[in-house]
Amino acid sequence: MSTGPLLELVNLSTHFISERGSRIVRAVDEVSLQIKAGETLGIVGESGSGKTTLALTILRLLPQAARICSGRMMFQGEDLLQKSDAEMRRVRGKRIAMILQDPMASLNPLFTIGDQVAEPIRVHEGSGRAAAWRRARELLKAVHIPSPETRLNQHPHEMSGGMRQRIVGAIGMSCEPRLLIADEPTTSLDLTIQAQYLKLLRELQRAHGLALIFITHNLGIVAKMCDQLAVMYAGRVVESGPVTRIFDAPAHPYTRALLSSIPRMGDPRQRLAAIDGQPPDLAALPPGCAFAPRCPTAFDRCRAAPPPEFAPDDSRRVRCWLAAPGAGPLDGQVRGGAG
Amino acid sequence: MSMQSEAVGLPSDLAPSRLEGFPLLPTFILAGIALVAIFANALAPYDPEVGNLVARFRPPAWQAGGSAEYLLGTDHLGRDVLSRLIFGARVSMVVGFTAVIVAGVIGTGLGIVSGYLGGWVDQVIMRVTDTWLALPALTFAIFLTAIVGPSEMNIVIILGAVYWTRYARVIRGEVLSLKEREFVKLAIVAGCSKRTIMTRHILPNVLNSAIVLGTLMLGVVIVTEAALSFLGVGVPPPKPAWGLMLSDGKRGMMVGYWWLTVLPGTCIMLMVLSANLLGDWLRVKLDPQLRQL
Repeated sequence: MSTGPLLELVNLSTHFISERGSRIVRAVDEVSLQIKAGETLGIVGESGSGKTTLALTILRLLPQAARICSGRMMFQGEDLLQKSDAEMRRVRGKRIAMILQDPMASLNPLFTIGDQVAEPIRVHEGSGRAAAWRRARELLKAVHIPSPETRLNQHPHEMSGGMRQRIVGAIGMSCEPRLLIADEPTTSLDLTIQAQYLKLLRELQRAHGLALIFITHNLGIVAKMCDQLAVMYAGRVVESGPVTRIFDAPAHPYTRALLSSIPRMGDPRQRLAAIDGQPPDLAALPPGCAFAPRCPTAFDRCRAAPPPEFAPDDSRRVRCWLAAPGAGPLDGQVRGGAG
Repeated sequence: MSMQSEAVGLPSDLAPSRLEGFPLLPTFILAGIALVAIFANALAPYDPEVGNLVARFRPPAWQAGGSAEYLLGTDHLGRDVLSRLIFGARVSMVVGFTAVIVAGVIGTGLGIVSGYLGGWVDQVIMRVTDTWLALPALTFAIFLTAIVGPSEMNIVIILGAVYWTRYARVIRGEVLSLKEREFVKLAIVAGCSKRTIMTRHILPNVLNSAIVLGTLMLGVVIVTEAALSFLGVGVPPPKPAWGLMLSDGKRGMMVGYWWLTVLPGTCIMLMVLSANLLGDWLRVKLDPQLRQL
């Protein structure tokens, strides 16, 4: 158990089905990923590529129209898909916690900070108010809130944005979860606060040995924060593996395009590299690879059938026909992309 | 409240005063009526339900034939009008406030459940609300009284049962927007049960609206109670209710006994007007979202 993955997603698909069943949106499609304790997995992709739906699928908090159609979610050896709603509620916040996209708005304006940090502790551990508040004070100290005593009795509007964010982090950590899902937690913050917050998250991660799933579209943050990376496109993981490997030699043309669209200091080019075209309509995916219409290296096979997952080496998975065993072009493409 | 100051973020000396435009006179009138209602026993010179048949239809003290004995005159049974008005305040206050609270508790509860749970629960509650709203309130109230019989207690329950729908509608709308707020989502993610979220996170956030609505409903409820009493299906005689006094005095009006109708009518008007003015002010002050209501 200790060496096996903490969370393992196998062939997970979440589809949104319209009321009459005529439109099926494949928001998450055949995703297989795993994360070990103490590791950070970054999930990147453009808006609408299914990152947030994937996070909500893990917590089983999907809107009514969504169905988890297939797959397994093994967490600490148990399949989360087999759990009842009441059992899932005991997992949420206790063993898997989540930080939302806009932590600035995540605090109830009517309650004191102490009440809100203490809430999950009281819900999950049934502690009394006094005990929960003592824990809350420790938590505020752990997220570097100065004078936690006074802050506990204050309301959210009395705090700065960075502080509120750290408090949301403290709420996430309050029941010592094994897995923390952070869904673009820094998009609403300015850069210096962002850096502080990321540092804090890593500190907490190290102190508790927890696994972190970091959803973002900022590749710079991925480079700084993550061990593993999964690139999503149109609901599928097109490439996954160790961050350093992917950054050094992206195997999928989409990853390559994403990496080359990052502006760099001292870059002599006049214009930023961009990916031509639009992401596809998830309800009407092309018959072949979803990226084929925008892919500079697409060939006939890409338009005919969607590529399965290939493993160019033991740590990586790529959904691209170029990575198929015996498909010559890959080596050349990889070198070209890295150079 | 906090939302407003947060959004505006003005330093306190620049921010508009919290009491700006406070309706002083209506508050005094309401407070006065409340005090009169509380201390009715000490204030009223006579027993409001016992008449002196020798002294029937005495005019108020300042009119020819009036005496200081009966300051505001007497009615057809020789009962002191002032005493009846004083005890009538108690009836109006008690019935008004309790009915508003009953309606508020039912309506807010159903509104929260309906808005938060959605789905078929929402459908059922909202269709019942629509049906309720389609019935004319007064006719509906008369119909209900015909079933359970008139008494002060029953009037409270009937008014609550008639007027809860307004709360349910407004509160449901509030909840629909609240449940999309991040702090509610965080509570879900933290593993709170639906009941915890509804009572701990949603309810405190809709209380503002419920209170504003309650103040606005107070006038409506008092008028309805007066109308029911006037029609003889409200507070049963000989209890002194303002609507009942109007009804008793209506024939006397034609022969010059104006004090039997004008005085209780003025009391009802003042109380309802005060409640509405105070409600309007509260609405603007407490709840910017409700301004269009």
